[in-house]
Amino acid sequence: MIRALGYFIEIIRGSLITARHFMANMFFHILKVLGIKTKRKGAVTIQYPEEKKELASRHRSLHRIMTREDGQPRCVVCMLCVTVCPSECIYVEAAEDPDPEIQKRPSQFVIDLNRCCFCGFCVEACPEDAIRMDTGKVEIAQYDRQDLIYDLDKLKE
Amino acid sequence: MIEFLIPLIKVILALVWLLLLTLYVADWVERKESAIIHDRIGANRASIFGLRMIGLFQPFADAIKMIFKEDFTPSFSRKFLHSLAPFLSFFFVAVTIAAIPFGDTIRIGSRIIKLQVLDINVTLLFVLAMMSLGIYGVILAGWASNNRFSLLGGIRGAAQLISYEVAFGLSLVGLIMIYPSLKLSSIVHSQGELLFGFIPKWGIFLQPLGFIVFLFAALAETKRVPFDLPEGESEIIGFYTEYSGLKWGLFMMTDGMEIVIVSTLMTTLFFGGWQVPWLQADGFHWPWGGEWFLASWIVVILQVLAFNLKVFFFCWFQVLLRWTYPRFRYDQLMDLGWKLLIPLSLVNIVGTGIIMSL
Repeated sequence: MIRALGYFIEIIRGSLITARHFMANMFFHILKVLGIKTKRKGAVTIQYPEEKKELASRHRSLHRIMTREDGQPRCVVCMLCVTVCPSECIYVEAAEDPDPEIQKRPSQFVIDLNRCCFCGFCVEACPEDAIRMDTGKVEIAQYDRQDLIYDLDKLKE
Repeated sequence: MIEFLIPLIKVILALVWLLLLTLYVADWVERKESAIIHDRIGANRASIFGLRMIGLFQPFADAIKMIFKEDFTPSFSRKFLHSLAPFLSFFFVAVTIAAIPFGDTIRIGSRIIKLQVLDINVTLLFVLAMMSLGIYGVILAGWASNNRFSLLGGIRGAAQLISYEVAFGLSLVGLIMIYPSLKLSSIVHSQGELLFGFIPKWGIFLQPLGFIVFLFAALAETKRVPFDLPEGESEIIGFYTEYSGLKWGLFMMTDGMEIVIVSTLMTTLFFGGWQVPWLQADGFHWPWGGEWFLASWIVVILQVLAFNLKVFFFCWFQVLLRWTYPRFRYDQLMDLGWKLLIPLSLVNIVGTGIIMSL
């Protein structure tokens, strides 16, 4: 009986903690309803589709292919990204470039986003800075799997 | 004709009050309050024509979902008893609302109407009996499902409710000694008197120990989280493992209704029911002298509002407790019931007797 009485105090302390949280948050909610701006908010929730959190500058989002001044992709088909890709989702096919300085250009550059795990290794591997993951697009879900296979035109935007 | 209509209207109003409050307490208050405790916002997306109303439509959305879900009865269960169990537990809790006094009397024309459906001499015993009978629904659900987890939940429920039923009843004995009546309406009437001329003679001031025992026993009666051994959703799913759709919804409604009924009981027995402090039938009589006369209909509205406010506070309080504590271990539960609450309630009875005989 005495031992049981011991945890009664802790029980009361526990409910006081939750009650304090409730009262404090309710106070800030009511202030918000009354139109008074406060630094602290009643809830930490970000109501997603309406308000979006700012992405970090190094956040890895949808890929894009960088282009030269003439609009050609910077890619020289060195196949480093294809080699490093852990989920094997990149497919590159080479074609001859008329410029002898460049020699090769991609005739096909396909990223299968169904498989991509957004590790960013392709970006790290690329010697020409031809692929980047800084578009800031994260809502790329589709109803059809075919729509998630991005080819060169789609990647260049 | 009118003698028949008035009770009918009272029954309908009381049931609508109970079901609406249950729907909102079990769904909206529960979700919003837990969210606010956790620094979240809570369900606020249910809308009618784009009108969200901070999630006030959510209970109806949930109810509609529950009604249209498939009502699956497993092939190995006892069909009749399996269907009977949720209705039994729902019924026995729902009838207790008949005994709760919502207010004093209203006078319409020459007719005096009590704001209580059933004013028999033993309303308190009626409420206790019906709340204990509710356990049959739980046991029956556990047994008829023919599932070992359900049976385990049902048996746990039976053991828990039998243990706490003793403390539940004994904690009220001191109260019955002070307001010598088993009639809830006359208990509430006695609580309108004053103690030492200024404190309202509420049960909480006369029976503080009885209230604490009653609070714990009543929380155990509702089978909610600190005492949710019969359900135990993280270990056994409990007595409603094999239920789905509306029958499961009925069990959830029963849970919510038990919160509301326990809140009304706490209000009625320990916090003066519909009494507003210092409010007599003709207006306020302040203890520091001076009177403030009010029309009788304003007094009735104030009383009903006070009752609702107190009930809502206790609903809020029970939801707060549910979101604070982890579940008791089984032996702790039994220790608390048999070794702490029952001795305390006996001490309360003896102490009350000694003080009354002085």
